[in-house]
Amino acid sequence: MSMSVEKAKAYWSENLRIISTYLVIWFIVSYGFGILFVEQLNAIQFFGFPLGFWFAQQGSIFVFVVLIWAYVFSMNKLDEKYDVHE
Amino acid sequence: MSLDLLTYLFIGGSFALYIGIAIWARAGSTKEFYVAGGGVHPVANGMATAADWMSAASFISLAGIVSFVGRDGSAYLMGWTGGYVLLAMLLAPYLRKFGKFTVPDFVGDRYYSNTARTIAVVCTIVISFTYVAGQMRGVGIVFSRYLHVDINTGVVIGMAIVFFYAVLGGMKGITYTQVAQYCVLILAFTVPAFFLSAQVTGHFLPQTGLGATLGNGQSVLATLDQLSTDLGFKAYTEGSKSTVDMFFFTIALMAGTAGLPHVIVRFFTVPRVKDARTSAGWALIFIAILYTSIPGVAGFGRVNLIQTVNGADNTGTAYESMPSWFKNWENSGLIGWVDHNGDGKVQYAAGNAFEGGKPNFIEGTGEHGERMVSNPNTAPVAVNGAPFANEVYVDRDIMVLANPEIANLPNWVIALVAAGAVAAALSTAAGLLLVISTSISHDLMKKTINPNITDKQELMYARLAAVVAICVAGYFGINPPGFVAQVVALAFGLACASVFPVIVMGIFSKRMNTQGAITGMVVGLVVTMAYIIYFKFMGGSADQWIFGISPEGFGTVGMLLNFATAYTVAAMTPEPPEDIQHIVEDIRIPRGAGTAHAH
Repeated sequence: MSMSVEKAKAYWSENLRIISTYLVIWFIVSYGFGILFVEQLNAIQFFGFPLGFWFAQQGSIFVFVVLIWAYVFSMNKLDEKYDVHE
Repeated sequence: MSLDLLTYLFIGGSFALYIGIAIWARAGSTKEFYVAGGGVHPVANGMATAADWMSAASFISLAGIVSFVGRDGSAYLMGWTGGYVLLAMLLAPYLRKFGKFTVPDFVGDRYYSNTARTIAVVCTIVISFTYVAGQMRGVGIVFSRYLHVDINTGVVIGMAIVFFYAVLGGMKGITYTQVAQYCVLILAFTVPAFFLSAQVTGHFLPQTGLGATLGNGQSVLATLDQLSTDLGFKAYTEGSKSTVDMFFFTIALMAGTAGLPHVIVRFFTVPRVKDARTSAGWALIFIAILYTSIPGVAGFGRVNLIQTVNGADNTGTAYESMPSWFKNWENSGLIGWVDHNGDGKVQYAAGNAFEGGKPNFIEGTGEHGERMVSNPNTAPVAVNGAPFANEVYVDRDIMVLANPEIANLPNWVIALVAAGAVAAALSTAAGLLLVISTSISHDLMKKTINPNITDKQELMYARLAAVVAICVAGYFGINPPGFVAQVVALAFGLACASVFPVIVMGIFSKRMNTQGAITGMVVGLVVTMAYIIYFKFMGGSADQWIFGISPEGFGTVGMLLNFATAYTVAAMTPEPPEDIQHIVEDIRIPRGAGTAHAH
């Protein structure tokens, strides 16, 4: 492998940072909004939906899709930055 | 054209398409058989993954479940999509870089142990068989209802089709048929959803239609809450599961999804690490199209069902004037009616119409022509302020299939739905059968029992194993064990408590060694299985649940114990050999993936 040990370490820790940022959002929209705080959010109306119910049944799914694509783009950029892309 | 003719045309036409693709995409080597040669485009792989993943359960059952349980159904909606986020970020790219054919391959090589490999093989086979039995049953139900053959003949036809393209084409044949099946199933789900949404709300998209305002000045959901509480059900947007249980159950479904071998293996088929990430993104888009339509379909279906059965004045509809779908499904045994109050009208409300919940049909018909049952509820009462006692049993599984009929949609839509349900069941069954046959020929025969067999012999074993697996699956389809619903919990529990953690640790912890991995897997497996078996098969009751966690959600506890045990044991035992640590470093870097290889 052409990559130095330090560079590999730096790449991996940036990778971990990207993953944890996105997983925090993943957790908040599904477990936070859709389960833990669903009752509180249901007091808010959102286009005819109680907001908590909307997150639990639709909103979280939309966010999941956005998250994966954001991850794809972040990682592609990171791979190029460290010159490990294919 | 008549419905029968249209259904024959749609299902027959789709079968001809699948078989044509299978002949075009025959597999010549183990690499083509196991990972489709490793050259599948990410968009095609995304579609194939979506079809692989969306089974008869997603297509037929999920909207029905949401329709009947309301907000509690969110656990499935979030769990079965959120798992892809975990898959995309924690598993798929690294496993692709690792570049082997199967999940047990990774486990066996990363933990340099055939014991670990064998445990992974057992998990893979148990998970996949549990799943496949349900698919064959789904095919049987559709065939018996729409093609008027009996369920067993339906299962045999389904087996024959899967046999043809799975045994002939392996992963290559399956991948391209799954792409076609995705197109069929997504059309079949969204077209009636658009119709329903437009009919009930005037909105074209079910995603926004569910929030629309109806003629009565209230939103669909507010109307549903009202209808539900009036009939003694809990409000549609209220949950009845405890927050703790919802939390654990959703995690179990998410981690379980990410740990299902037939889904993971799809990411071995793309050319590059980058493509593994991208195809996870495509897969979730394709899945989300269906999953975000489900709440709408469920809600509109519920409104239609209640209003059709109880009539405009909410006093019930005379059995003689019920629409034909009611009697059709009664003939299939999925709807039952008993006239508790003797007024000749069908009334639907909360509570059991029959002892034990489901009708037990016997020979003969009653006064109004309804099918006789041996177990009417002997003390029917109106519950929770409902205006009458419940007289109807409606099986949740018919909601998606019956929706177009309940809403009086054109015949071609009904035929399309039938073809879509078959596509959903067959695509998943094929993916599962492939995983089973690969586990046997590759992980057991080649890697464990006899490493000296040639590529050709291995391919022959793979095909033989696929034949046996199809026959076993067909047997379960014809003689379904009464516990199919319960064992699905087991499949997710196992994937969540064993496969998912062992792979994640293999990638993210360089220090994890064979001792830690094996003890972790065993602890996760034993704890989860013991809990599920105790509560599902040995009559444990809900008040004994630990921390109020249902057996379906206990895989999460198994997973946590797996992690804890593995790290503790690994800390007390020697670290893995140098070359293994190099492998771990290597899978973390995308460049140089090459195509998937056997050795």
